[in-house]
Amino acid sequence: MEHASVSVSPQQKEPAAQDARPVYVLRGVNKFYAKRGIHALDDVNLTLVEGSFSSVIGASGCGKSTLLKIMAGLTPPSAGSVMLEGKPVMGPREDIGMMFQQATLFPWRTVLENIVLPIEIRDGKAAARQAHDRARDLLAMAGLTGFEHVFPNELSGGMAQRAAICRMLVSQPSVLLLDEPFSALDELTRDFMNMELQRICRERNATTFLVTHSIQEAVILSDVVYVMSPRPGRFVEEVVIDLPRPRTLEMMTTPQFGALVDRIRSQLDEGALA
Amino acid sequence: MTLMDQGNAASGGFPSTVWVENVSWFDRVPRWVAMLAIFVIFIVIWQLTHLTGLVSPILLPSPGDTANQLYFVGHNLFTGGYMLTPLWITLKTVGYAFLLATAIGFSLGVLVGETAFGERAVMPYLVAIDTMPKVAFAPLFIAWLGFGIESKVALATFIATFPIIVGTAAGLHAADDNARMLFKTMGATRFQTLMKMKLPTGMPHFFTGLKIGSVGVMAGAITGEFLGGGRGFGDLIRVASTNLDTARVFALIIYLSVIGLAIFMAVVWTQRRFVFWHKSSTVTDS
Repeated sequence: MEHASVSVSPQQKEPAAQDARPVYVLRGVNKFYAKRGIHALDDVNLTLVEGSFSSVIGASGCGKSTLLKIMAGLTPPSAGSVMLEGKPVMGPREDIGMMFQQATLFPWRTVLENIVLPIEIRDGKAAARQAHDRARDLLAMAGLTGFEHVFPNELSGGMAQRAAICRMLVSQPSVLLLDEPFSALDELTRDFMNMELQRICRERNATTFLVTHSIQEAVILSDVVYVMSPRPGRFVEEVVIDLPRPRTLEMMTTPQFGALVDRIRSQLDEGALA
Repeated sequence: MTLMDQGNAASGGFPSTVWVENVSWFDRVPRWVAMLAIFVIFIVIWQLTHLTGLVSPILLPSPGDTANQLYFVGHNLFTGGYMLTPLWITLKTVGYAFLLATAIGFSLGVLVGETAFGERAVMPYLVAIDTMPKVAFAPLFIAWLGFGIESKVALATFIATFPIIVGTAAGLHAADDNARMLFKTMGATRFQTLMKMKLPTGMPHFFTGLKIGSVGVMAGAITGEFLGGGRGFGDLIRVASTNLDTARVFALIIYLSVIGLAIFMAVVWTQRRFVFWHKSSTVTDS
């Protein structure tokens, strides 16, 4: 298979805002699983600037979740450098907020208690109690007012993910890492949640990195979409999404949106056939 | 005007297609009726077997004789008769054994379920011991601890500990990867992860172990009394059986099963209180 058309220079160009401050900087990140002989990530370079929204898209098993775990400090890279706010990422950090496909709310805690859990873990029960007001504000923002003292069993899937968003935001992280956060939801709910996510990210000027396997989702949310090919996982293309902000669901029917989706899809197909 | 007529009128001539799902009467019987029916059938068969005279009353007493003995034993217990002391001894044995088994089972369960060392080095030995016929240890416990209550407590504890170990360890493994990852991202210490996530997640498994253990302590206590000259309810059964008073044996067994059920229900009740989020915490499913 021919890959000549795909050009990714080591010096990747930065997205739209040229003057924006780089927050996350990854250089030459590699990951090998020696026991299984897998080269999961091959020389990944990435710069996320403040307030930007970036996505990585690729087939399952292409290493995108591994990349996210390395960025979050959950697993070490085999080679390379991960810097966040100028400091090396050598483990989990308070300024990183993370979200997964499952809401993972704990059924023995009320919604409010679930949301202040990160505070309770880091600073103890007293600090968690003091964070109750902040948690209530977040619940109001997420449209969950009145559900403070409800147990998670009574929440719908979409509501549970909204509560998970609140939990992610309660420790006021500057960076959000999202691992297919809404892929377990039905399509209508997912579209709605994506728009909510956009609003939240814009309000907080959060730097966001999303792992997804939905091209539409990646395009509608992102400033930049990185297309990843599997074995070894590497970025094969960086697609700048120049749709105006704020994005609306109506944009998904425009020719410009369609062209971007097509471009990413053809890249993914090429990777899949390789 | 019936509901069906209204439907017809509203839909402008379309025939109503409201229909009733056919559930057999067998599946609609209320629980208490079904349980009563089983009980009555059981008693009738028992009575008929007795009336045919094919089975000697020494082997199988009549339901009436058994009911008489139930009354006799109950009367004796409630009026503070000579059976009260054996009952108290057996209750003490079961109570101590259950507390000990819970404490030891939980501790070993955490060791085995939480630490790699425990899982690798301790678990194989526990499995090996668990496969032994534990009742065979009764003579050893008597030799080590004497004919008193201690040897019975030891045997009952020995039998009940293993399901609690397994339940605790399985519970600690029950937390899913997402929850573990979440706690990692929050920078939780190992102890915090254990206390705030793994142990609560594993509660249903722990209680399953407790339920099995609660049945085991009773078996262990009575076996211990049979084999070790105990002074508890097991001894009353042994004496009655030596006197060929089978109806008395039946009555005593029924009282023991009531006590066993009470312990079991106490565990179920505790589980409902503390594991309120888990739906399957009923008597029927563990």
